[in-house]
Amino acid sequence: MKEIVIDPITRLEGHGKISIFLNDKGNVENAYLQVPELRGFEKFCEGRRAEDLPIITTRICGVCPVAHHMAGAKACDAAFNVEPTETAKKLRELEYCAYFIYDHILHFYFLGGPDFIVGPDAPAEKRNILGVIEKAGLEIGKEVIKHRAYGQKITGILGGRPTHPVSALPGGMAKSLSEDERREIEKMVRSCVEFAKFSLKLFDDVVLKNVDYVNLITSDPYNLKTYYMGTVDKNNKVNFYDGDVRVVDPEGKEFVKFAPSEYLGVIEEHVEPWTYVKLPYLKKIGWKGLVAGPDSGIYRVGPLGRLNAAEGMATPIAQKEYERMYKTLGGKPVHATLAFHWARLIELMYATERTLELVTDKEITNKDIRNKPEKPGEGVGIVEAARGTLIHHYVLDEKALAKKVNLIVATTHNTPGICMSIKNAAKGLIRNGKVSDGLLNMVEMAFRAYDPCFACATHFAIGEMPLEVKIYDNEKRLLKTMRR
Amino acid sequence: MGKEKLKFAFYWAASCGGCEIAVLDINEKILDVVAKADIVFWPVAMDIKYKDVEEMPDKYIDVCFFNGAIRTEEQEYMAKLLRKKAKVLVAFGSCACDGCVVGLANLWNKETIFERAYSETPSTKNPKSVTPKTSVKVKEGELELPEFYDTVKTLAQTVDVDYFLSGCPPPIPLIIQAIEAIFKNKLPPKGSVLMPNKSICDECPREKKDRQLSEIKRIYEIEDDLKTCFWDQGVICMGPATRAGCGAQCPNVNIPCTGCNGPGPRVTDQGAAAISALASIATNPEVVNQAVDPIGTFYKYSLARSILRRKVMK
Repeated sequence: MKEIVIDPITRLEGHGKISIFLNDKGNVENAYLQVPELRGFEKFCEGRRAEDLPIITTRICGVCPVAHHMAGAKACDAAFNVEPTETAKKLRELEYCAYFIYDHILHFYFLGGPDFIVGPDAPAEKRNILGVIEKAGLEIGKEVIKHRAYGQKITGILGGRPTHPVSALPGGMAKSLSEDERREIEKMVRSCVEFAKFSLKLFDDVVLKNVDYVNLITSDPYNLKTYYMGTVDKNNKVNFYDGDVRVVDPEGKEFVKFAPSEYLGVIEEHVEPWTYVKLPYLKKIGWKGLVAGPDSGIYRVGPLGRLNAAEGMATPIAQKEYERMYKTLGGKPVHATLAFHWARLIELMYATERTLELVTDKEITNKDIRNKPEKPGEGVGIVEAARGTLIHHYVLDEKALAKKVNLIVATTHNTPGICMSIKNAAKGLIRNGKVSDGLLNMVEMAFRAYDPCFACATHFAIGEMPLEVKIYDNEKRLLKTMRR
Repeated sequence: MGKEKLKFAFYWAASCGGCEIAVLDINEKILDVVAKADIVFWPVAMDIKYKDVEEMPDKYIDVCFFNGAIRTEEQEYMAKLLRKKAKVLVAFGSCACDGCVVGLANLWNKETIFERAYSETPSTKNPKSVTPKTSVKVKEGELELPEFYDTVKTLAQTVDVDYFLSGCPPPIPLIIQAIEAIFKNKLPPKGSVLMPNKSICDECPREKKDRQLSEIKRIYEIEDDLKTCFWDQGVICMGPATRAGCGAQCPNVNIPCTGCNGPGPRVTDQGAAAISALASIATNPEVVNQAVDPIGTFYKYSLARSILRRKVMK
């Protein structure tokens, strides 16, 4: 049996590693995505002060610390049985939507998007932000950098610091928003709304008007029929900060809708000896292995997961774009993994519109930003991180110290789906032992669509992910090395 | 350093990626860096392998910025290799300098961390008690994972370090300042911390009063008056024991300093310094007992570096 290993050449912790096994006929037998890291947050958070948990857990990820900060603060609210004031909730959601602006821009222009803008067949050294600037022009490159920085700046104003924010605490926020700060944010957000519109138009011009790209998006190797999960508001519209979590089946019908406190009735996690990450599935259906379809409990989260699991967007421009996507791709749900990119831009549109609504809300500068916590107990906080549903579950003792902590992070939910997407993409490109030169690009595109944290961390800086594929024969002799 | 372009290297060990974001956040200054220095090794961004580093002559790299803590054999190997290849090695960020929050894992070991993650967590269903293994036979072949060690170490506990720039992540102005000092060949003596010789209290605008501590309160229990020192309001703040440089970012949004910049000037053990600060203003011995979770409160970012280092597991 042949083995192909795609490994970030750095082989570091926090980086994904892909191993593809071929059968004796030289076709893909199986693909494994290994996450070679565990840092043990669920253990070393035990004994910590409750108010420290939203600060400590931000260090899970330096790219999406705001998500952990908010999930942690909400788990504390629930554990202390305190509802933040209306203004506090709005301030948190404002900070949270600004984080989406920053994070979705980062992914579309620096990480996954270059696959489309520069082209899936372009050489690897061009498929990055520099390649985007070369193709789209320096002026647009400057706009990209400016608006990413705006997102960081807004979260910094509200959170105290953009990376590892601190200002949300049990019962609300530590700091209110001044009128000067509000005006500054509004100015930046108005510009972000226009930039989101521009990004959708760019996607339209570059991707949707190109028949080859559309065929690629809808092609078999990039399709996966699974369940989908995402947080929705009272009207079943996408919400990033708060709501119930809705799951739809592969036909798009509601499978379950649950409050955060009920997550243990819906989700279970499976352990495999070959990866440090656990593999979640829908408890009611059970773990059936890495297989798709309605009889397997595997579900997907993140931008496409959220749009599939919801019935629309709560802001007007995003809603129009939402309708257009489903019309173009043949109705709901969309199983095309590459549509994650489109969904991400629709969410960028929503994030900017929602940020503008919040920053122009009359109550946003109110000083009433905290309610006093009650007795400590147990609580679950759920938010939608940029990459999908994020769950923090805390059990506090009578001194408000953490007794038990359970965390299910966004990329973990998607791990089974990513494994299968890689397998499908590889299947289409490896036939009878012949490995197509496009394999690296296409396999990379399959998992990059999910914006998984480890991949993100390995290549956000310049946008190129160093990869190495090793092909072994059945005696494990090295036949061929493909690298960049 | 002469007219030739300098050679920089960036490396990350066990970290969250926030230090990399901090480097990106120097924004247009990154263009200065690229103009004046060649980046010869940056695994997150460049296709340069370990082998290429191994083949570099000793002291080939002028400055290596190293972030992340050390917890695997591979990271230890890279720390030693880069030490050999770099003239100047900078411990960059809280993980490399002090161990950061991941150093709190030193309160446990691999076995207890695995037990929690793979068996005990309420969402985990694992009746056969499967745990990840460094080498596993699956039906198609064999898969390997790196070993998970018991103890987190700092960079200076692993190799000789020339300069320290802590913070989680390091404050942007200090990163810029350090890079400018390198370009002007004006680095301070070896062993220096590239941060102000002041504590957070020196740059915090909050007003200090009599600091008589008769009762410890939690941040969510007080009505913060937004201008009085947290200690005067009964809330523990790591400011007195912590190095300045961030402009007291957290107190400015009404959250006490949690100590991410590491020990202040003339402080060897950040936690001990904070505890002695507390003891010196407590009005009676009972007050000290009200400080719950002393390790997580006083050693949140510096347990691995501290004189305590880890819990002894029997």
